[in-house]
Amino acid sequence: MELELIINIMYATLKTGTPLILIALGEMVCEKSGVLNLGQEGMLLVGAVTGFIVAAVTDNYFFAVFCAIFAGMLMSLLFGYLSITLAANQVATGLALTIFGAGLSAFLGANYVGIGLEGISTIHIPFLSDLPVIGKVLFQHDPLVYLTLVLFAVIYWVFKATRVGLKIRAVGENPEAANAIGINVHQVRFMAVLFGGAMTGLAGAYLSLVYTPMWSDGMSAGRGWIALALVVFASWKAERILLGAYLFGFASIMHLVLQGTRFEVPPNIMAMLPYVATIIVLVWLSSDAVKTKMSAPKSIGQPYRPMI
Amino acid sequence: MSLQQPTERLHLKGITKEYPGCLANDDIELVVQPGETHALLGENGAGKSTLMKIIYGVIKPDSGSIRWQGESVQMQGPAHARQLGIGMVFQHFSLFETLTVAENIALSLPPEDSQDMEALSNRIREISTHYGMALEPDRYVHTLSVGAQQRVEIVRCLLQDIKLLILDEPTSVLTPQEVSELFRTLKTLAAEGCSILFISHKLDEVTELCNAATVLRNGRVTGRCNPQDVTSEDIARMMVGDDTPLSQNYQKAEGGDTAMSISNLTFHPEDPFGVHLNSLNLDIKAGEILGIAGVAGNGQDELCALMSGEEHSESGSITLLGNDITQLDPDSRRRQGFAFVPEERLGRGAVPNMSLVDNALLSASHCDMKQKGWINYGKVRDFALKVIDKYNVKCADEYAQAKSLSGGNLQKFIIGREIEQNPKLLVCSHPTWGVDIGAAILIRHALINLRDQGAAIVVVSEDIDELYQICDRIGAICDGKLSPFKPTNDVSIETLGQWMAGQFDQSARSGTEVSHA
Repeated sequence: MELELIINIMYATLKTGTPLILIALGEMVCEKSGVLNLGQEGMLLVGAVTGFIVAAVTDNYFFAVFCAIFAGMLMSLLFGYLSITLAANQVATGLALTIFGAGLSAFLGANYVGIGLEGISTIHIPFLSDLPVIGKVLFQHDPLVYLTLVLFAVIYWVFKATRVGLKIRAVGENPEAANAIGINVHQVRFMAVLFGGAMTGLAGAYLSLVYTPMWSDGMSAGRGWIALALVVFASWKAERILLGAYLFGFASIMHLVLQGTRFEVPPNIMAMLPYVATIIVLVWLSSDAVKTKMSAPKSIGQPYRPMI
Repeated sequence: MSLQQPTERLHLKGITKEYPGCLANDDIELVVQPGETHALLGENGAGKSTLMKIIYGVIKPDSGSIRWQGESVQMQGPAHARQLGIGMVFQHFSLFETLTVAENIALSLPPEDSQDMEALSNRIREISTHYGMALEPDRYVHTLSVGAQQRVEIVRCLLQDIKLLILDEPTSVLTPQEVSELFRTLKTLAAEGCSILFISHKLDEVTELCNAATVLRNGRVTGRCNPQDVTSEDIARMMVGDDTPLSQNYQKAEGGDTAMSISNLTFHPEDPFGVHLNSLNLDIKAGEILGIAGVAGNGQDELCALMSGEEHSESGSITLLGNDITQLDPDSRRRQGFAFVPEERLGRGAVPNMSLVDNALLSASHCDMKQKGWINYGKVRDFALKVIDKYNVKCADEYAQAKSLSGGNLQKFIIGREIEQNPKLLVCSHPTWGVDIGAAILIRHALINLRDQGAAIVVVSEDIDELYQICDRIGAICDGKLSPFKPTNDVSIETLGQWMAGQFDQSARSGTEVSHA
């Protein structure tokens, strides 16, 4: 393979991994607080369609991204009200949110199917982007790729070294005990769910404004579900989510590249490659049962009702 | 009693709390003075825990007033209570297992006090040594023993300016030695002016530690006294009412032939927080009750699961009446005369949402309840009615859901269901945990009767008094290892305490059964 191809593969890997990282990090925060939000796919679609419509109408991409985040948060607010305040079953509520989001986004975006947008342009970081090889791979991306890495660093630090991180983990492990030492369980969970919604909304904007600047029904193509699985396989660790998402991105690109070669493997088998590769690596990483159990939120999926 | 002095630390008046179908607290008055160690006594279900949670702000009373240091307060929640200087050590600890000791403590402090983890760790070391409760701030909580976890809870309270410390049954999970350490700490604390509310149903502890007591029964105050001035019998009478017999003595029995034999049993649980068992040896004889003491989480659950067939060992064998049952599942073991009363009543002993009849079918189905594969519901119902009648189970009818019964009544039903199958070997885990005295006496009596009919019985319990009362041979489990087992009358409580703490000669273990030869 010539160098040009390798550079392109690496470049595309970062781009493909980005939305997965955003969704999975948001969901990780949410699950760490003990809330399982299976509505990612729905929130993602609503974020994507909102971002696209606002960009198409106003031509203001900054505002469009902002609106997509806001839409994601509105969706998660609905989820939070049902599953936290009313203590509804989290799995059922999340599935309902996915179905609702798919329908709502199709309805809102009906008139925008087939329209093309220019999309958010890439930034050429002076000097660094002119470096050979890594200049193209690392320093000629759109702003959201960099923002994602910043968000990753912030989340990593929050769980590593801050009281907020401790609080979220405490609520996720044992809400009754957290309440007993004066932590407002519902408040912490709501904040975590809203954050998850914002991250998924941002991922939606990335899909419809950067990755493929257009709108079509169901354009999320199951990324919400992949991200959900990624959180579990990454054993709720931010750095493994980053690794897993880029690995998945890399394998997805390789599957396309390999199809273009004279490689005699059925395309359906090749299409499994990203899933199989990601699962194998992350399962191998999380084979230490004790460490995995230490980071798994114990109260996940259980609604908390304060005693009266 | 002078009730209106402004110096009173805490004064509850007319506290009432009603749950559907149950008046948990009825017009309760409670006064705690500064520096006083005040016992709150009562049987399970008397309303002690509800009252404590009201003081700590976890639940709100329906009516009544709380005065704190002479001022009327409305508790807004645990955070508010902590601000006032009230700390609470829960019966089921409110710690986070996946966090370190220091992180656990930091979470309960105001943010400005927990910024500098280094300084906090030093303060934890300082305070814990001052009160004689060594703690390592960097250890993860799940690696600590139960006693050490309790110390974390106490130190967590002490790091704040504390005026009232509430302890909910603090000794139920400790070895006798740990109990005396705890008492030393509490006495230091009281001498420094801190009030202590000590919830318990163990009278000897109350007489040792407390200088005031309030007794509850069925949600009402039934007596106040100074435990230093009255006898234990007087207090017990206030707790249980007038007509319940207080205790009974049973004849010790010598067992006959070996009913169950465990040899070289080794088990490594998949659960990373589980306890590993290494080549355990134990013989249980027909016609004896064998008691296994131990602090929770030392391998009791794993051992019971191996005996019942819910888990299978990696090596070693279990024989029941000479037949190797090591590889058999629970149902096959039951067909050979095995019966099991697990620790958790709801969920493992009985299915909460199913009726008593259906629950009877679950473990007794091999007792002639099926015909050509069809369930004979008439027989199942008769069996359930027999258990309800014979064991005095209070329930709406035989179709009442298991979860609608009180703990004591459900336990009587489960024990009765197992005993009525005429088992050759019965394993009971915590048979009288959390049941009232009346039910406990009935259960112990039933176990003794079964023993006298020639069955072998294993009782796993944390209640040492109970083990001494009913067991013919006794020993302990600690960190997955079994102590020697000896006739109960030959084992002093100090020895048992040492065994529970793991201090037994490893070589003596293989000689376990020699004591009877």
